[in-house]
Amino acid sequence: MAKKDSVLEAGWSVMEAGVAKLQKILEEVPDEPPFDPVQRMQLYTTVHNLCTQKPPNDYSQQIYDRYGGVYVDYNKQTVLPAIREKHGEYMLRELVKRWANQKILVRWLSHFFEYLDRFYTRRGSHPTLSAVGFISFRDLVYQELQSKAKDAVLALIHKEREGEQIDRALLKNVIDVYCGNGMGELVKYEEDFESFLLEDSASYYSRKASRWNQENSCPDYMIKAEESLRLEKERVTNYLHSTTEPKLVAKVQNELLVVVAKQLIENEHSGCRALLRDDKMDDLARMYRLYHPIPQGLDPVADLFKQHITVEGSALIKQATEAATDKAASTSGLKVQDQVLIRQLIDLHDKFMVYVDECFQKHSLFHKALKEAFEVFCNKTVAGVSSAEILATYCDNILKTGGGIEKLENEDLELTLEKVVKLLVYISDKDLFAEFFRKKQARRLLFDRNGNDYHERSLLTKFKELLGAQFTSKMEGMLTDMTLAKEHQTNFVEFLSVNKTKKLGMDFTVTVLTTGFWPSYKTTDLNLPIEMVNCVEAFKAYYGTKTNSRRLSWIYSLGTCQLAGKFDKKTIEIVVTTYQAAVLLLFNNTERLSYTEILEQLNLGHEDLARLLHSLSCLKYKILIKEPMSRNISNTDTFEFNSKFTDKMRRIRVPLPPMDERKKIVEDVDKDRRYAIDAALVRIMKSRKVLGHQQLVSECVEHLSKMFKPDIKMIKKRIEDLISRDYLERDTDNPNTFKYLA
Amino acid sequence: MRRSSSKKKSGQSTESVTTDLFRSASSKASNKEMDRIDHLFNQYANKSSSLIDPEGIEELCSNLEVSHTDIRILMLAWKMKAEKQGYFTHEEWRRGLKALRADTINKLKKALPELEKEVRRPSNFADFYAYAFCYCLTEEKQKSIDIETICQLLEIVMGSTFRAQVDYFVEYLKIQNDYKVINMDQWMGLYRFCNEISFPDMGNYNPELAWPLILDNFVEWIQEKQA
Repeated sequence: MAKKDSVLEAGWSVMEAGVAKLQKILEEVPDEPPFDPVQRMQLYTTVHNLCTQKPPNDYSQQIYDRYGGVYVDYNKQTVLPAIREKHGEYMLRELVKRWANQKILVRWLSHFFEYLDRFYTRRGSHPTLSAVGFISFRDLVYQELQSKAKDAVLALIHKEREGEQIDRALLKNVIDVYCGNGMGELVKYEEDFESFLLEDSASYYSRKASRWNQENSCPDYMIKAEESLRLEKERVTNYLHSTTEPKLVAKVQNELLVVVAKQLIENEHSGCRALLRDDKMDDLARMYRLYHPIPQGLDPVADLFKQHITVEGSALIKQATEAATDKAASTSGLKVQDQVLIRQLIDLHDKFMVYVDECFQKHSLFHKALKEAFEVFCNKTVAGVSSAEILATYCDNILKTGGGIEKLENEDLELTLEKVVKLLVYISDKDLFAEFFRKKQARRLLFDRNGNDYHERSLLTKFKELLGAQFTSKMEGMLTDMTLAKEHQTNFVEFLSVNKTKKLGMDFTVTVLTTGFWPSYKTTDLNLPIEMVNCVEAFKAYYGTKTNSRRLSWIYSLGTCQLAGKFDKKTIEIVVTTYQAAVLLLFNNTERLSYTEILEQLNLGHEDLARLLHSLSCLKYKILIKEPMSRNISNTDTFEFNSKFTDKMRRIRVPLPPMDERKKIVEDVDKDRRYAIDAALVRIMKSRKVLGHQQLVSECVEHLSKMFKPDIKMIKKRIEDLISRDYLERDTDNPNTFKYLA
Repeated sequence: MRRSSSKKKSGQSTESVTTDLFRSASSKASNKEMDRIDHLFNQYANKSSSLIDPEGIEELCSNLEVSHTDIRILMLAWKMKAEKQGYFTHEEWRRGLKALRADTINKLKKALPELEKEVRRPSNFADFYAYAFCYCLTEEKQKSIDIETICQLLEIVMGSTFRAQVDYFVEYLKIQNDYKVINMDQWMGLYRFCNEISFPDMGNYNPELAWPLILDNFVEWIQEKQA
């Protein structure tokens, strides 16, 4: 026994000496020479020998246990006391030093006792030698000191936040201690340090937030917040573990931005509203940057953005309405207002688009806010005129020769057309716009000789891109007709020259329109002057040679005539509509005619005739003299050719003021809508067979949303109509459900 | 030869006699009933058209001591499944009176309260209500009834059970301009309205459901009045 023990004890005393030496080196005992290879070899061999004894003399376990004991002793007797006697930053330094030492100690001792690791620890599933060392440090040293260390670190961080310089390298090393003592995981770091750091940071910034809020305007607060976030991120990079960054940032954001969000953003003097009002793009961009990473953080900002735009847009509408009603007497005043308003809306849209692009990084939330805001006021009426009509009038003005008040050319015109299309997207009554546009387009194409074909087509292409081919098919058809009409005209002229018998005595141009594309015009049985009858007959003959299957119906209200007015002083060329010409040509045969005589000879209705006569005798150019000279036409008036008429121009246009078609257009669109709703309802029910009321209504609204926003009451009415026409029936068991009747 | 044949005959006849006696007893009774019903019919029918016409119905009503706008006459028509308003055919008369087991005026008068009870049963009333509408359709392809008639019909059919609703609705029908006639769907909608919606607060009315538009407008009108 004693002999065996003595082997163990002898061996162990060698080890003890080695350990003592190592510790002296670590304690920086002066003049302690380092280990030389022989010593190291000796230590290793000793362990080896002790562990390769034949059992029961295998001292592996004892060696292992004593090995563990080395650490325990060292930590208890040397390390702990050394750290305990220090405080604050000094304590941290000592801790860092001791941790570094521990690593060295473990490394060296593991070398010495390495043989154990080869067989003993593995065979018995014991912790490895280095594990033993570190576990000992963790349980004895780390465990006792981690809380104090944490407090010291947080104190230093607080100092740095307050602007003082601190030893960042030290902190980095302390953090390493925490990380290192997790045995390969960050658990210790997170539990013993990070969680406290987060809490501490939260309360720190909470205090800051309330102070800054009181003392600073919103923009200044935001600058401070942005800076704080930047510094915290730097802090993580400098000495904290990288995994802390998102957590720390979240905490800081929460205190600085989330908790105070409402006060900050909605601050009356300097909050979002004020920033928008004062066009503070930089501050708004900062606000976006700060709130972007926070879930739903941008919602209030977007909401205020939308409100702001809505207010500005509605103000423009109101302005236009007031201006229009002020100048109620002069219709031209309203027209000018239309153009001004659209231009203002375009500019408003451009302005806020810049905001969306630059301040708000094209974020979808802000695109949506802009869209919804515009949808609110772009659908308001101005003095009884719908926005659809106003926009159509605007397009008409910029496309026709003269270009309205803006007089745009080429590139500018193209650009403006693009913007017009963007505005159209916001208008819900797109079908109403289409109808007004089509009517005006027809007039442009037929009366405006120098029309801008290129731009007309360009605009239609833009419409088509946005709203589909169905929207533009009729309009495109009209343009095509104009091109074809030119062809027809050429062929007609050829036809005439070939058939020399048909001499017309005047220049005669016909434009053939395809019925479906053009707006509907009423026809009358006007008695044409004989000269014109010949022309019409000639064209009929020509057209008959071209096709058998088409029928021509003549719309004289769209025609223009140039008459040579042989007045006493000089001959003036008068440009009038065909109807007006028919009236005037009557006076070739007689000097004077009564209202009734004209009515009979021309075979017109009272309303039409009154308008015509009014335009020729009561307005600027009095080609006819009316007796009596009252303002309005009555059926007892007589008319005489005004031979004394003259004008400084050689050529004048006597306009026929158009009838107000607005009411009719709105009625037509309403009628079309009824059919569209019916068709949509039938289509939906045909495919679904059975459907609940609310779903039917909502699907119907969706189907039609591209062209207009159907009135719910109208949909209900159409459903009832379809029921009475036996397309649908109410389900007997569930009156809120409908069934399709095949 | 004769004997045997006659024997056979008599054998057969004894059988048939007993069944005949049996049948004829009940059929005699029912024949008698039907005869009385027919006799009653002839009392009121127009000789030339062989129908009971409006005049005949008025007489019938006075004999029953019921006003001719009383709902019970309508119920009688329903029981008869009468097709044309103001007229009862022989077939319909037979059908109705047989079902009521009434072959005299007195029996018919006594049967009326029972009939009313039967009709007012919820399972029957909806059918009766719908019938009342169809009964008023006079032309062949007619699908709607004019406002005036509807008001009268409402009064007759629903006046006793839903007094308030009928009063308000009749007032509304007279002043509104959207509809000049009422169709079956709207008529049935009104029935549902009276049964389902609390009146006059109408707290449980939801215009987003599939109520006929005329009822939406009606509710709006009342709410404006109450405000």
